[in-house]
Amino acid sequence: MKLENIHKVLVLGSGALKIGEAGEFDYSGSQALKALHEEGVETILINPNIATVQTSEGVADHIYFLPVTPYFVERLIEKERPDGILLSFGGQTALNCGVALYRSGVLEKYNVQVLGTPVETIINTEDRELFVRQLDQIDVKTIKSEACENIEEARRAAAELGYPVIIRAAYALGGLGSGFCDDEEQLNALAEKAFSFSPQVLVEKSLKGWKEIEYEVVRDRYDNCITVCNMENFDPLGIHTGESIVIAPSQTLTNSEYHKLRALAIRIIRHLGIVGECNVQYAFDPESEDYRVIEVNARLSRSSALASKATGYPLAFVAAKLGLGYGLFELTNSVTKSTSAFFEPALDYVVCKIPRWDLAKFRGVNRELGSSMKSVGEVMAIGRTFEDAIQKGLRMIGQGMHGFTENKELHVEDLDAALKAPTDKRIFAIAQAMYEGYSVERIHELTKIDNWFLQRLEHIIRMDEELKKTGDLKKLGHDLLLRAKQLGFSDFQIARAVGLGKKMPMDEAVVEMRKYRKSLGILPVVKQIDTLAGEFPAQTNYLYLTYSGISNDVHYQGDKKSIIVLGSGAYRIGSSVEFDWCGVQALHTIRNNGYRSVMINYNPETVSTDYDICDRLYFDELTFERVMDIIELENPHGVIVSTGGQIPNNLAVKLDKQRVPILGTTAKSIDNAEDRDKFSAMLDRIGVDQPEWSALTSMDDVEKFVNRVGYPVLVRPSYVLSGAAMNVCSNDEQLHKFLALAANVSKEHPVVISKFMTNTKEVEMDAVARDGEIIAYAISEHVEYAGVHSGDATIMFPAQKLYIETVRRIKRISGQIARELNISGPFNIQYLARENEIKVIECNLRASRSFPFVSKVLKINLIDIATRIMLGLPVEKPHKSLFDFDYVGVKASQFSFNRLQNADPILGVDMASTGEVGCLGEDANCALLKAMLSVGMRIPEKNILFAIGGPKQRAHMLDTIKRLVARGYTIYATGGTSEFLNGLGIPNVRVYKKEHVDEFGQLKQPIVSDLMHQKKIDLFVGIPVDTLADSVHDSYYKMRRTAVDLNIPLITNARLAVAFINAFLDVPLDTLAIKSWDEYK
Amino acid sequence: MEIKKAILRLSNGVTFEGYSFGADVPVSGEVVFNTAMMGYPESLTDPSYAGQLMTLTYPLVGNYGVPEFSFEPNGLATYMESDRIYARAIICSEYSGEFSHWNGKETLSEWLIREGVPGITGIDTRALTMLLRENGVMLGSIEIEGCAPAPEAQYEDINFVDQVSCKEVIRYNEGPDKKKVILVDCGVKHNIIRCLIRRGVEVIRVPWNYDFNTLESDGLFLSNGPGNPDTCQALAEHIRTYMKTHKPIAGICMGNQMLGKAAGATIYKLPYGHRSHNQPVRMVGTDRCFITSQNHGYAVDAKTLPEGWEPLFVNMNDGSNEGIKHVSEPWFSAQFHPEACSGPVDTEFLFDDFIQLLK
Repeated sequence: MKLENIHKVLVLGSGALKIGEAGEFDYSGSQALKALHEEGVETILINPNIATVQTSEGVADHIYFLPVTPYFVERLIEKERPDGILLSFGGQTALNCGVALYRSGVLEKYNVQVLGTPVETIINTEDRELFVRQLDQIDVKTIKSEACENIEEARRAAAELGYPVIIRAAYALGGLGSGFCDDEEQLNALAEKAFSFSPQVLVEKSLKGWKEIEYEVVRDRYDNCITVCNMENFDPLGIHTGESIVIAPSQTLTNSEYHKLRALAIRIIRHLGIVGECNVQYAFDPESEDYRVIEVNARLSRSSALASKATGYPLAFVAAKLGLGYGLFELTNSVTKSTSAFFEPALDYVVCKIPRWDLAKFRGVNRELGSSMKSVGEVMAIGRTFEDAIQKGLRMIGQGMHGFTENKELHVEDLDAALKAPTDKRIFAIAQAMYEGYSVERIHELTKIDNWFLQRLEHIIRMDEELKKTGDLKKLGHDLLLRAKQLGFSDFQIARAVGLGKKMPMDEAVVEMRKYRKSLGILPVVKQIDTLAGEFPAQTNYLYLTYSGISNDVHYQGDKKSIIVLGSGAYRIGSSVEFDWCGVQALHTIRNNGYRSVMINYNPETVSTDYDICDRLYFDELTFERVMDIIELENPHGVIVSTGGQIPNNLAVKLDKQRVPILGTTAKSIDNAEDRDKFSAMLDRIGVDQPEWSALTSMDDVEKFVNRVGYPVLVRPSYVLSGAAMNVCSNDEQLHKFLALAANVSKEHPVVISKFMTNTKEVEMDAVARDGEIIAYAISEHVEYAGVHSGDATIMFPAQKLYIETVRRIKRISGQIARELNISGPFNIQYLARENEIKVIECNLRASRSFPFVSKVLKINLIDIATRIMLGLPVEKPHKSLFDFDYVGVKASQFSFNRLQNADPILGVDMASTGEVGCLGEDANCALLKAMLSVGMRIPEKNILFAIGGPKQRAHMLDTIKRLVARGYTIYATGGTSEFLNGLGIPNVRVYKKEHVDEFGQLKQPIVSDLMHQKKIDLFVGIPVDTLADSVHDSYYKMRRTAVDLNIPLITNARLAVAFINAFLDVPLDTLAIKSWDEYK
Repeated sequence: MEIKKAILRLSNGVTFEGYSFGADVPVSGEVVFNTAMMGYPESLTDPSYAGQLMTLTYPLVGNYGVPEFSFEPNGLATYMESDRIYARAIICSEYSGEFSHWNGKETLSEWLIREGVPGITGIDTRALTMLLRENGVMLGSIEIEGCAPAPEAQYEDINFVDQVSCKEVIRYNEGPDKKKVILVDCGVKHNIIRCLIRRGVEVIRVPWNYDFNTLESDGLFLSNGPGNPDTCQALAEHIRTYMKTHKPIAGICMGNQMLGKAAGATIYKLPYGHRSHNQPVRMVGTDRCFITSQNHGYAVDAKTLPEGWEPLFVNMNDGSNEGIKHVSEPWFSAQFHPEACSGPVDTEFLFDDFIQLLK
């Protein structure tokens, strides 16, 4: 029965997306809010992540774009007085915040009831020592671990346990500050880092090579328990589960093993007293039934989101209902709508999750995978063979791979080493090893991956060899081709294997292959995920495609009512939750206007892959082949390619060639904007200014061009997103080096070089047009000057510091471009503005990253308007003008450098942020301060360290530093900066690097790294002279990195530093208004 | 090895084509589906599958191979649920020819061939399952390329219990001070015997039609078994006689149906049965719910329970009866499998409840 005293509930969100805490919490929070809403409970959500679906209109009753910190949550509770609070739907951020509020007595003071799992239980699972004690009480084995309060204790514990050991920081997100140590030297280094994140560090015996198995467990307050799903890691213990390829259900466990671990999980959840959902992670001996419990997460997690998508069981939704007091027996299975929610899903397919890394984007980063998470996203593939699932998955991660085989040669020199030390490329090292004749046993010896998985992979290689043997498409018989398709081979892979790619361009070969396959009658079938393996009929359309089947579960009516929205795929740097929001908004509009909404996407962290967000969800690939398969089945009214970021955008031309009805802007126009050569020529033609550019055809031309415009130059191949394969070159050497690489990236489109502008403002135009006429738009402005990627920049909307004339020109030029490309739908143009001189940098005929931000600040849903236009429905021009606003929105970026060992935390043309927030305020300062606090900045108490490169930047910061001094801050400064300040009579403390010695051979004091380690620095403003240089060898790199490793707030951009410092000097924290979104009018 | 094509032909004429991976022996029987995701060695040796062609909805089968078919000194199988494979055939989508497990001794294929049982892979088991769901279970046969045609299929009128039950009395865990439990073997899974032995009682396993009222005992346990319970009239009579002693009686699966029959209730055939590891049951009149392992095609019609009897458990998906009890006598039974093997072990406490009653 529902608790009677709960009418108003506060839900804590997880804030910006970061490594270890990403889109899965938008999904879980959205589900929780839906469950509360269904029960008539008034909902309040605090989450500064403005790009999420959960912070959209109608999802929660009151939405606060504020930092999820005890300070702000307390003030919010004081204002809203909720009856209950949900802590377990916003990841570790929400959990930690909730525990802090409980400990400080805030929850008791305001009489707020924690719904679901009690806080005592949360503490028992989070504090390692308490946790072990709890499990000891019920004779459940844990990994022997010692909690240490200082480094000496850690050394002693490690010596007692015997190396190798693993170190973890208590209360940390996704393995932050943890790792393996083979000896004391490694321990010293790691332990120090771990202590900087947590007062408690755990030293444990390492069980490398054991299997890693996870169970998702649910319990209601009547003590009824179920395990919704179990999952097996492809990679053995030692690699963080977020970094592992994960298979559901387990593949190598016997009945006895499966149920032994299942029964233990239930015993644990009962003893701990969880109400709602938790996961239990095990280490499992591959040679016996011995086990250890690794950890229990008493909250919704990345794994629970995956388990929900893998099984169709909505864990977060059910957990929220259980928190409200229901029993599982009172709830209904959301898929069948007739059977009970008290059941355990039976799968009749296999699911494979593969992480998506973006390590190539970071300078200096360590690529080895371990117990700390580095991946930025993940994909989930569904198949009826393991081979199909993993090959689908490897295509989905979007790193240019075609599956397990038939990829671009990725030659590893030292194979044994590549197999032994796992990196983001290990799976492909396995493929190479198999081709080179390594046996399954040998690969198992090196990797400890279970033989069964390796046997399946070898199966793929054997099939590939068989395909190659045919040597000709026409010799490919029906049975062999069907079997290859069942094993997950794409048309591309098969075409390449049989040599079709040598006879014609691959694009054509794929189409040829498709024709041939269809002529043999080999077509995929559509199967439903129904939670009960066919035992009861499903009322939802959660679908995937497979060749292991003879009939479709869906009866296609051919009514031309379907509108297919292509999703955005794996979250990656440059493309994440904002495109999920766009996709979901498009689906809403489609549904509300009487069409059948159809989504194709494969990212388990998203809301767009929630089966009740649309009428049909195809959880499958966004490749040309698979999208065409679905289009041929659906026979849709149209396809939307403009709300899912770059992946669907890149498909537009290919789909158009097959006469697929693309809604909105035509594929030809998309191509004209995407192809930089064509686009730049068009701008010249219509008289719109742009940075001087040239299409690269020969080295001579390049040199002539560079000689004329001078360095730096921006080198861009066509079709890129987020700076991938785009680079700024400051000298001949860099240019030649990069061009050698870039030429490989895309042969079909020319490479464009343009003059790179510095000291220039960047302005963004997000807009929607109909038949070339702009209907709605938003102009926003970057705080940083050009040179910081737009995805990393801090953005103000409405633009606060632009000349009216600049705005007018931007509107005019945007109108010209919209007309010229005859845009119908969303688009984004980026501009450079110096004085009133405007230049176009680029234009995307699709929704951009900033669409949710500007839509929510404007309170005009640009995607809804765009979708209506694409559907041919009438729209009205909104009447709002930029000057109607009594508030400002600021979008700030979240970086995850602390996760990326050795990566230089510096910003450049390549995007590095993993997430963002958007906050509202009465003025720019208020909004900026909230936004910066939301991405982990702290207002410094006393000491600020400055290391500012170059006279220009020092001058720029001078007034701000003076203000800090006047307010009583102590300024620490490195050599040049200190001299500069001394020269102006500004008091400061000179700091030294370790190599500085005085005339007596003594180290000069204070040493900067010592200050940092002693936690004496509250904020480090480290502005590099040249962000474009190869920075890892920069002497300041170490300082920046140390700050990140020690969790000291770091700002590397002068304009942002000035804005932030002025904001906290001008606005006392307690004067920041606690206002919900709808209170900003 | 040459791969032979094989065909599953249903009584309504629908055929499914696949490949043989077991013995090349044409067979026929009742086609049923099982949605468990693991446990094929246990299921294949479960005598309740006698006469049935078992379709596994989970596509990947054979991954962890098959353990050694060894027996303990007391005659019970170490890892299996009886002395041989009882299912007449296994039907799956993607048989894994190689396996990986420390306890695996042979491939599933090798085992099937050794025991003369056919296996067919490459079947769209989901389509087959949905067909059975819509039409009810059907008779069917497996034909293998180059082999003789399959015999005609029969199921309902055959007394399978008589075929699978032991032929003489077997005693386990004997001892002078131990409570004595008569276990009627309608096709008992070895784990029922293990569960009883573990609780310190002497188990006297008797053939299904044996008049156990002639034996000294402290309680009666009715096992699971295959087929139509109405073919086991003799057993119902024996149970009725035993009831006069007022001693404890418990039953599992067919044991539930037999106790129901003895009480006077009627039994009916479910359209497609319950064969899975995820069946939710609720203890009637309480908020206690359990995930159970099930394998049955027939059920007690709870509406026909006479006075003095009431339902003990009910299925939360389809409302069918999952157990009965007497209001005053120490008699109860469960339609599901508290001994699991394969499946979840959450209801093993029912054995404790039974042992408690013996005191």
